[in-house]
Amino acid sequence: MPEIASQSALLVRELRKSYKDVIAVDGLNLEVQAGECFGLLGPNGAGKTTTVEICEGLTEPDSGEVVVLGLRWNSSAAQLRQRLGIQLQDTQLSEKLTVYETVRLFRSFFRQGEGASAVIARVQLEEKQNSRVGDLSGGQKQRLALACALVGDPDFLFLDEPTTGLDPQARRQPWELIEEFKKSGRTILLTTHYMDEAERLCDRVAIMDHGKVIALGTPRELIASTCAEQMLEFTAGSASCALDLQALRRIEGVREIRTENGAVLMQVTQLHTSVPALLAELTRQNVPLTELRTHSATLEDVFVTLTGRHLRDE
Amino acid sequence: MSENTISEGGMSVAEKNSPRANSLADHPLVQLTLVRFYEFIREPEALFWVFAFPILLAAGLGIAFRNRPPEVLRIAAVTPELTQSLRQEKLLEVQQLDSAAGQEALRTGKVALLAAPGANGTVEYRFDDTNPEGRAARLLADAAIQRAAGRIDPVATTDKFVRELGSRYIDFLIPGLLGMNLMGSAIWSLGFAMVDARRKKLLKRLVASPMPRAYYLLSFLLSRILLLVVEVGVLVGFGAALFHVPVRGSLLDLAALCLLASLSFSALGLLLASRARTIEAASGLMNLVMMPMWIASGVFFSSQKFPDIMQPFIKWLPLTAVIDALRANMLQGANLTQIAPQVGIISFWLVICFALALKIFRWR
Repeated sequence: MPEIASQSALLVRELRKSYKDVIAVDGLNLEVQAGECFGLLGPNGAGKTTTVEICEGLTEPDSGEVVVLGLRWNSSAAQLRQRLGIQLQDTQLSEKLTVYETVRLFRSFFRQGEGASAVIARVQLEEKQNSRVGDLSGGQKQRLALACALVGDPDFLFLDEPTTGLDPQARRQPWELIEEFKKSGRTILLTTHYMDEAERLCDRVAIMDHGKVIALGTPRELIASTCAEQMLEFTAGSASCALDLQALRRIEGVREIRTENGAVLMQVTQLHTSVPALLAELTRQNVPLTELRTHSATLEDVFVTLTGRHLRDE
Repeated sequence: MSENTISEGGMSVAEKNSPRANSLADHPLVQLTLVRFYEFIREPEALFWVFAFPILLAAGLGIAFRNRPPEVLRIAAVTPELTQSLRQEKLLEVQQLDSAAGQEALRTGKVALLAAPGANGTVEYRFDDTNPEGRAARLLADAAIQRAAGRIDPVATTDKFVRELGSRYIDFLIPGLLGMNLMGSAIWSLGFAMVDARRKKLLKRLVASPMPRAYYLLSFLLSRILLLVVEVGVLVGFGAALFHVPVRGSLLDLAALCLLASLSFSALGLLLASRARTIEAASGLMNLVMMPMWIASGVFFSSQKFPDIMQPFIKWLPLTAVIDALRANMLQGANLTQIAPQVGIISFWLVICFALALKIFRWR
């Protein structure tokens, strides 16, 4: 058996899994350090959920190796289950039970952890603890799911798209809870297709596509690795006076140009040289500028640069 | 963190921050069973099907098959003489009809027999010999006519009527319904709950926790016990109070029998729900399995009515064994030793179904 780095909470080597004719995970390698919040970012169908469920011991891989907290599923499943907190992507907890009954049920499975009421207080559902699960809002349901994941005082938290489907306001509460858990020095593996979530919560991010990791690093590193930290977005010209994109490519500091819904997106290294150059070029072509925006590159831009597609396409 | 006191239930103070769950109420099997029980009683439809339905059915059938005074057979005669002779018999209600009207009445079942004069002073009886009423009417009518013509019976006889509780149709029916209800409620409540949990991925979520899997399946069986007391009590109590259906065997034996039957049917339900991903698939399978038993296991009429060649199969059906055992206990006062063969069959199904369900159960 190969030596396992003592501080890695999760080690995945050459993981493969296919369903019928779809290859879900295609030779994946990952290492998550103890105490870090690691994000798996990718579009739907990238293999995030399959990967996480293999790590959670819910799905059997075709081949490859998974070591969680120094333990393997085939030899230490019972021990591992006690130490993991798991939130699945779209579990519907029983609607006829109350919040308290649900958390208490999950608490009964674990040897350690706070009492059900304390955990309910932690996710700020005290006022709802005698309400039926069916009467909760989407955000409250997600927090309840989080309570069920936290109830065993886990060393390692797996969260599969913890805020998908929530409105921006409702996403903040889970984020705060995840940050609080992170502060206690324990490990989190999180999947998401929201780049802002990954940027805010994750120490490191692996971008997945077609069952493989196509980029790995801190959010900052990944953004920097595309060599362009700024995005320039503008709309110019019309059917009668078309824009000459080729001329724009010659502007210094421009890494990439693409068009999207009639707007032009340019990745540039430095705004202060590229913006005047762009304006000068538009003047030279005699094309009127209708809109101009700039923003810092995000993980979304990284993904688009790497794959040519958006995270939430389809 | 806030003070964790719960007004309702009042069970949180002790368990607050306890490092180890050690009270009995915190045992996963107890929690799983309680949760199953809550889920069930919070479903009004399920309550109706389990409790109200069998009572309505028993009441309806009880009224339809209530004990009436000895039945009077309606017959018809063609001539006034015959009518006169036949009216001597009190168990016959005779009307005089002409030949055509009489045949019409016979054909439509309004009368069981038509008496008409034959050639040379003979009497002709027209009746359906496959109909018990027809045969009974034939015997009564012939005796009445022979006696009216002056026959003297060589042996004097007297009749003594024995009408015993426990041999009426309602006595036969209540144990049958009890068995049917034990089967239906176990299979339906368990099957649907389980497929629903699988469909909503709740099953997968539970399996992702350290929950012992056998406890989950066991909790379904145990939660049945809690409901069983009410279920059996209501039906047996209803039969006893309204129709004086006897319970001649020991109540303890009856309780043990119902418990075993319910566990066995729950295991069968578990097996039927062990793979299905949709409610439709599961309910199709459940009906497929239950339908032959509703018909053949003797709920409404004796399973002896089926051909001999089928009897060994029918005897091995779990519902047949349950109903036979229930009838033996309630009506004949049999103890557990006397119904050992049935208990054996029920236990066989329990073990086989539970073991098989555990093996092939789809946890996600």
